[in-house]
Amino acid sequence: MKDASSKDAADKPATPKGSGFDRRDFLKTAVVGGAAAAGSTAAIVAPEVAQAQQAAPAAPATPTGYAFLNLDEAAFVEALVDHMIPADEVSPKGTDLGVNIYIDHALAGAWGKGDRLYMQGPWKLGAPSQGYQLPLTPAQLYRAGIEATNAHCRKTYGKTFDRIEDAQRQEVLVGLSTSKIVFDGGLPVRVFWTTLYQTVVEGMYSDPIYGGNRNKAGWAIIGFPGVIAVHHDDVEKYRGKPFPNKPVGIADMS
Amino acid sequence: MVTKLKEVDVVIVGLGWTGGILAKELTEAGLKVVALERGAQRSPENDYSLPNIRDELRYVVRHDLMQNTARDTITVRNNPQQDSLPMRRLGSFLPGEVVGGSAVHWSGHTWRWTDMEFKVRSNYEERYGKKSIPEDMTIQDWGISYAELEPYYDRFEYTAAVSGKAGNIGGKIQAGGNVFEAPRAREYPLPPLTPILASEIFTNAAREAGYHPFPRPSANASQSYTNPDGSKFGACQYCGYCQRFGCEANAKGSPHITVIPIAMRNPNFELRTNAWVTKVLKASDGKRVTGVTYTNVLNGEEFEQPATIVLLCAYAINNVHLMLLSDIGTPYDPVTQKGVIGKNYCYQTGATATLFFEGKHFNPFMNAGGSNASIDDFHANWDFDRAPHNFVGGYVVAGGFNTALPIGYRPMPSGTPQWGSDWKRATAKWYQTAMVINASGSVMANRYNCFDLDPTYRNAFGLPLMRMTFDYKDNEHKMGGHAAKVINDIAKSMNPTKLNPASARTDPWTVVPYQSTHNTGGTIMGTNPRDSALNKYLQSWDCHNLFVIGANAFPHNSAYNPTGPVGALAYWTADAIKNKYLKNPGPLVQA
Ligand SMILES: Cc1cc2nc3c(=O)[nH]c(=O)nc-3n(C[C@H](O)[C@H](O)[C@H](O)COP(=O)(O)OP(=O)(O)OC[C@H]3O[C@@H](n4cnc5c(N)ncnc54)[C@H](O)[C@@H]3O)c2cc1C
Ligand code: SF4
Repeated sequence: MKDASSKDAADKPATPKGSGFDRRDFLKTAVVGGAAAAGSTAAIVAPEVAQAQQAAPAAPATPTGYAFLNLDEAAFVEALVDHMIPADEVSPKGTDLGVNIYIDHALAGAWGKGDRLYMQGPWKLGAPSQGYQLPLTPAQLYRAGIEATNAHCRKTYGKTFDRIEDAQRQEVLVGLSTSKIVFDGGLPVRVFWTTLYQTVVEGMYSDPIYGGNRNKAGWAIIGFPGVIAVHHDDVEKYRGKPFPNKPVGIADMS
Repeated sequence: MVTKLKEVDVVIVGLGWTGGILAKELTEAGLKVVALERGAQRSPENDYSLPNIRDELRYVVRHDLMQNTARDTITVRNNPQQDSLPMRRLGSFLPGEVVGGSAVHWSGHTWRWTDMEFKVRSNYEERYGKKSIPEDMTIQDWGISYAELEPYYDRFEYTAAVSGKAGNIGGKIQAGGNVFEAPRAREYPLPPLTPILASEIFTNAAREAGYHPFPRPSANASQSYTNPDGSKFGACQYCGYCQRFGCEANAKGSPHITVIPIAMRNPNFELRTNAWVTKVLKASDGKRVTGVTYTNVLNGEEFEQPATIVLLCAYAINNVHLMLLSDIGTPYDPVTQKGVIGKNYCYQTGATATLFFEGKHFNPFMNAGGSNASIDDFHANWDFDRAPHNFVGGYVVAGGFNTALPIGYRPMPSGTPQWGSDWKRATAKWYQTAMVINASGSVMANRYNCFDLDPTYRNAFGLPLMRMTFDYKDNEHKMGGHAAKVINDIAKSMNPTKLNPASARTDPWTVVPYQSTHNTGGTIMGTNPRDSALNKYLQSWDCHNLFVIGANAFPHNSAYNPTGPVGALAYWTADAIKNKYLKNPGPLVQA
């Protein structure tokens, strides 16, 4: 788990080669079979497929780069995720988990652009019980929140978040999480922090196809097996016992 | 321009559990049925399949199978003094928006509601006196009895592959089942699910405490199964991705693998997807409806679909919205308490404790939608004396897991840091070693909890959003306090290393986070048109060829999940249409 980069290959979609074998057709047939017979669903077959593919030769590492974050924002997010997720015996650090990449992709994508968000005014702050009420897409909120946090850091420490000491970063995050920091300009700190925190957690624990949880190292922290979930017999077998911790992601089976 | 189509016998608005059941039943009775579903067709083979269905971010966090709030949502406030604001994205509840509706991504807990609910006011008045019911608590009897519904519960349970253990067959108490349930004619179609460790140790502790634990009945097929209609189920895989996901193993009782494909094979049936119904059309005399208008969401084209019978099956909240938009019946006014459309909106409440056991392995990713053990000692148990505690209703307590995926579920003892190495260590330590005990509690109707049309905000079709005014009242706070104590006593008896105790909920209801998709009321059933919108056959008192099917018909909310009676009432209504209404179209109950 220490050398994360050499394991990047495991997250690359591996295509079965030269078999002329269409996986979609295979899964469809298997699911139909599964409906008819107890304990013989597609998922029973799937782990074998997954294991075969995990053993496939390494492909080159995923290229990295930012689709949404500008230089300042990238520096902020990298510093943030490495502070929140430091490298230790539990996992690699946030940037080695790809949490910054996850966040960038999420902000650049449909969610960041406000997909499924009701965006009609009039706008009022409302009560906390009424949920999100800002006239901002998540990407706009992130952008404004980073700027406001950096402004706070400059005012307080003379430098932006990515350049301050670890203890000062800690102070800033405590200030954001408890709303002790109040942004000039009216952006509600609580709403920014909630979004920030949620995206960091998503970057640790969502499937690696989204850019974070690299090598499934987030799942490995807790022993979460990922997409493998055919436990009809395991319920008895592993009741009260540790389950083998070899997480499998979507790409491993695609 | 609105294109007027050829009249059909029946138009069904929404094709989830209720729409699916009625589509099958009425096409089999020889009627020409068109279903209009706003969502798209998705299939187990293509969409609910491995590996892509196992995606917490897509299905849980981003709501892939659910209503798109950019297009239509509600506005919310806790009381009439507050400004109502739009629920800008989903949170507290998650109605579906695909063929199969919410019933694609439900968990499957299937309960039988009994005369305890159906005769709620009479029961409390008789036992505790008229004064036991607070003045603003607008509970009322439903006008239906358990005996009438029993065969229809049976029908729904056998259709949906419910796994469970009977507690009372024909009046004889059965060991291992819910001893407080009302008598049923026969066993569940399938034996209970295999218990997981958390439910097992909860069961032992609850029994030690003198309660009566039993496996939660659930539409997760414990074995492969063929239902009476010939629909085939695979065995549940305890996949841990149950609620908010389509079932990859075809083991979850859902309409898209049962009643809907049967209707689809019937030449009397036509399904139009991407068809958003905007209005039910009233005849000029106001006593009948003539059909509906809808928009094809792929190109914006508008249609009128005339029909002899209109069935609203669009999920509880949406059914009420359509009634208000169509100006059918008198809108409810909480000040004068006149009118009925929008009345008695209810939700559910709860309390949760998290227990941490150093050294245990719960494997919280290994569970079925229904792998909980439950106790009903404070709900269906009428011997539980509410007088000293001064509340109406009750709660079910359960121990176990349902869909404990890592973005959303990472239990930690209170006081754990929220980031950094200690946070990660705590995450690693406690994910495997924690379990939860929670209560799900009823909510009694209150005169101020209701729906009406929002004066300000509109949906993508230019129509007013519906406004929800809701909060928990003193009754629920008291019940929550009682539940928290019971939970904490059980929890402490289990000697956890650490405990995050349950506490009574007293803060206002909020639109985040997810609580339950158990919204009830708004167009309620009852014995007369003065205080209800529908008669006992879910037929509109105002327009006799309009039936409004779903939990919108419940005059209050129980501690149980709603779909048992929702499914049973759908079959009951289908029979009433087939056997009574078609012979003599008109009001089935005289006002
Ligand atoms: C996450 C989750 C877990 C749940 N777990 C449980 C449980 O364990 N036990 C339980 O009892 N219940 C549970 N439920 C609730 C259960 O899913 C519903 O009670 C049940 O599906 C209701 O059936 P219905 O036919 O009324 O609505 P639905 O099944 O939701 O179907 C309604 C359909 O109408 C369509 N529609 C809506 N508006 C329009 C319109 N204007 N025009 C055209 N079509 C429209 C929708 O797209 C949808 O397909 C759960 C729900 C969710 C979301
Ligand atoms: S827990 Fe069982 S019923 Fe639920 S989705 Fe998984 S396999 Fe299907």
